[in-house]
Amino acid sequence: MDDLLQEFIAETRETLEALSGEIVLWEAQPADRARLDAIFRFVHTVKGSCGFLDLPRLGRLAHSAEDVLAAVRDGKRTPDTALVNAVLAIVDRIGELTEAIAAGVPLDDTTEDLLIAALAEDAAPRKPATPPAPQGQTIAGTPQSRIANRSVRLGVELLDRMMAGMSEMVLARNELARRLRDAAPDPRVEGALERLSLTVAEMRDTITRTRMQRIEALFSAIPRMVRDTAAPLGKQVTLAIEGSDVELDREMIELLRDPLVHIIRNSVDHGIELPSERRLAGKKENGRLVVSARQSGNRILIEIADDGRGIDVARVVAKAVKSGLYTENDVARMDEVQRLELIYCPGLSSRDTVTATSGRGVGMDVVRANIEQIGGRIALRNTPGRGLIITLQVPLTLTIIPTIVVAVGAQRFALPRQSVEEIVSLNGGAVRIDPLGDARVATVRGQRLPLVALGDLLDIPTEDPRVLVIMATREGNFAMAIDAVLDTEELVVKPAAPAVMASGLYAGQTLPDSGLPLLLLDSGGIAAVAGLRFAPTMNDAADAVHAVEEAGITALLFDDLDGARRAIALGVVDRVETAPFALIRTTGGRRHLTVEGGVIPLIAVAEPTGGEGVAVLRLTDGFAEIGYAIAEPHEIVTLPAAIAPARDRPGIVGVAVIDGEQIELIDPHALFAGEAPVSTERPLCLLRCDGSGWMDTFLRPVLEASGYRCALWSDGNPNQPGAITLTMDDCPADVPLDAVLTLRRQVAATPGSTSIYRYDRTALIAALESRLTRAGGSKRNAA
Amino acid sequence: MSELFLIAHVAGRAIAIDADQVASVVDIGQVVSVPRASGVVRGLAALRSRVVTVIDTQAALGHGAAGTPGRAVIACFDGHFYAFLVDALEDVAPFERTHLSSGMALDHGWGSCAAGVIERDGEPLLIVDLVRLVPMPIAA
Repeated sequence: MDDLLQEFIAETRETLEALSGEIVLWEAQPADRARLDAIFRFVHTVKGSCGFLDLPRLGRLAHSAEDVLAAVRDGKRTPDTALVNAVLAIVDRIGELTEAIAAGVPLDDTTEDLLIAALAEDAAPRKPATPPAPQGQTIAGTPQSRIANRSVRLGVELLDRMMAGMSEMVLARNELARRLRDAAPDPRVEGALERLSLTVAEMRDTITRTRMQRIEALFSAIPRMVRDTAAPLGKQVTLAIEGSDVELDREMIELLRDPLVHIIRNSVDHGIELPSERRLAGKKENGRLVVSARQSGNRILIEIADDGRGIDVARVVAKAVKSGLYTENDVARMDEVQRLELIYCPGLSSRDTVTATSGRGVGMDVVRANIEQIGGRIALRNTPGRGLIITLQVPLTLTIIPTIVVAVGAQRFALPRQSVEEIVSLNGGAVRIDPLGDARVATVRGQRLPLVALGDLLDIPTEDPRVLVIMATREGNFAMAIDAVLDTEELVVKPAAPAVMASGLYAGQTLPDSGLPLLLLDSGGIAAVAGLRFAPTMNDAADAVHAVEEAGITALLFDDLDGARRAIALGVVDRVETAPFALIRTTGGRRHLTVEGGVIPLIAVAEPTGGEGVAVLRLTDGFAEIGYAIAEPHEIVTLPAAIAPARDRPGIVGVAVIDGEQIELIDPHALFAGEAPVSTERPLCLLRCDGSGWMDTFLRPVLEASGYRCALWSDGNPNQPGAITLTMDDCPADVPLDAVLTLRRQVAATPGSTSIYRYDRTALIAALESRLTRAGGSKRNAA
Repeated sequence: MSELFLIAHVAGRAIAIDADQVASVVDIGQVVSVPRASGVVRGLAALRSRVVTVIDTQAALGHGAAGTPGRAVIACFDGHFYAFLVDALEDVAPFERTHLSSGMALDHGWGSCAAGVIERDGEPLLIVDLVRLVPMPIAA
């Protein structure tokens, strides 16, 4: 919340500075509609932010000023000097209050009633002279020292130059490394180069982060906002947020903030009906609001969908005519889309009553102006009685996308990892390819997918493709045949020239460290160019969604013994205490903790180490008690509404995003049911990394999801009994063969080799299991 | 009023390019092709830290694909950088821009990008507007 407050302060300061000119001009010409609109927007924005940030004083000031300005806009009041003065006094006061909040000093509020009273129509004519006077006093009374903000605003151009310089530096480093490899290398020079490489990589990461931000920064405030908007209106809203991990230019995030707030408030306030109305309309009592972000081609789409009443176009049209914006004749000539777009007219609202949250029609015209200012577009899909979907499209100026680099013939392309479902080898026999008419289909584990040979599609001469990539699009999946998977890389993607984008196949271009440009393929574009047609599918994620009302679950955040940060519902935790090691014993086949008057089972995901004792969460279901050993308790947090369900992880109920971090949630039900695994039951895999980090980034999650523990192999880490070592086929084999699983980079196996293609997930897990059974068997025999 | 023009050779003849359009003149290294793009787009090349779209000037003028890329003229339109392949480059010099004499029949590629004529030592040279060589999507 502090961040948001800081942003609010910075933004208000900035707008006030920009507004000061407008205010002077409005004072000179009170009839000027454009100036009036600008000031109106300012107070409206302040009001909106105040409701959200819980700043009632500011909110009251802004609300009363907005009321008066709305009356002026509607022609109910004339902007005379008294009114202008009163409004300006309020604007000044907002500035002072903002500074007071920034400085954290209290500000006397006795004059505020006077300021608001001065706005009244029947305010005595001498009143206008009063507001500036108390204001003067407050200025004298409060030190107007500005508290320095711990953030600075920089020109985007400067950041761009920094980014360009960074890329240049990377290329120069690569060039230097190449030259050094050719010459006889001096170890000292190599050491220096190594250090340079590390610094350059780190710098690049930092500099990139200065430009990029996860859209989560924008989305994290939504649940609270929806709740605060819905509660006073007596509405129930189920919120689902998708795609928080899309990364966007910071500039865009800043510019999207206001439009998004407006749209979401509108959806809750105007769109979603009261529970009773919804029941009558045959809908669920809980309104449904889905906010999602995704990258599509060279644009980012942000979609706000509700299942409320939609826009009543007839009423919008009637209001437009009534307010004199259009004549009956104008309206009669409009088509349905144009009529719907009347909601973008300033001063037009589809709602008749004004509420504290929204509803003055200031929203949509501002929203559209803001979106178009950043080169975006806004689209409405209105289904009266069924809901409204608003799509904001913003250009992808620059983004970092995790990609998989693939080869087709002599050419390389990057695929967004987001759209790659799976990579399967064509040699493994797991895939069948059959002709179907003049097309081909691939059958992967019983699933039939249309097949696109990328080489044929792109007219690139290629040998027999050996790898199949299952690509996901919005409509459905398809299989794409390529020659090889080369690498995985996080790439800074920029839009390509229109002449290149025109082909519809690409999402952007990038310059990787190799110094050769690389094109990012767009999965939707490939499907479209290849002429694939998918039957429309309905995926209602309602079941996976947790109601906002249920979001109030508090949980304890802690570091688990294996180093992971997890959370557990606070209701289960009786207390946290430190247990001396002497009280922990492995008795009766499992760990137990001696407590006052008996023993309780103790769960530990790893061996507790260090110090005097171990922190233990005493969990209770009111009847039985269990101890859960942890490394360190952290804080109490409120769980977000959206929790991703866990797969194949006994003891973990799901994953929640807390403060931008993915946190596993402990499943207390499983703990008490005795299902939770203890460390010894999770076999250990030693990863023998070859420096590329492939094992750590690609393999580890797969193994961990399948119930294995992973550790990095090292010389000082001797082969533990029962552990399986995974190694690449070019590593020396110096451990007993039955405990080693060799992976190969090539799809094709060399004869006589027992290695497994590294992307053949099924075979890999199967081989692990079989080796484990053998190792376990021999161990049992030995015992 | 005379303006500065860069004289280049494309498809065996000399052309003039408005120096205001020219950001720099470079040697193009390896070009990565862009499958399924217009034939005028030769591909992408790296120019320092920037990716440029390489335009086959000769093909854009309707003379068939050019040979191995060598010299190129860099220009920036709408925030995108383009490299226009040329056979050879001469100097930049001030010339007087005159209108294309009426009745001149230029074939398709030349006709659409001609922006006037300059006269160098009595020899008329066509002014080529680089921006019109860039293929644009129809519905932009």
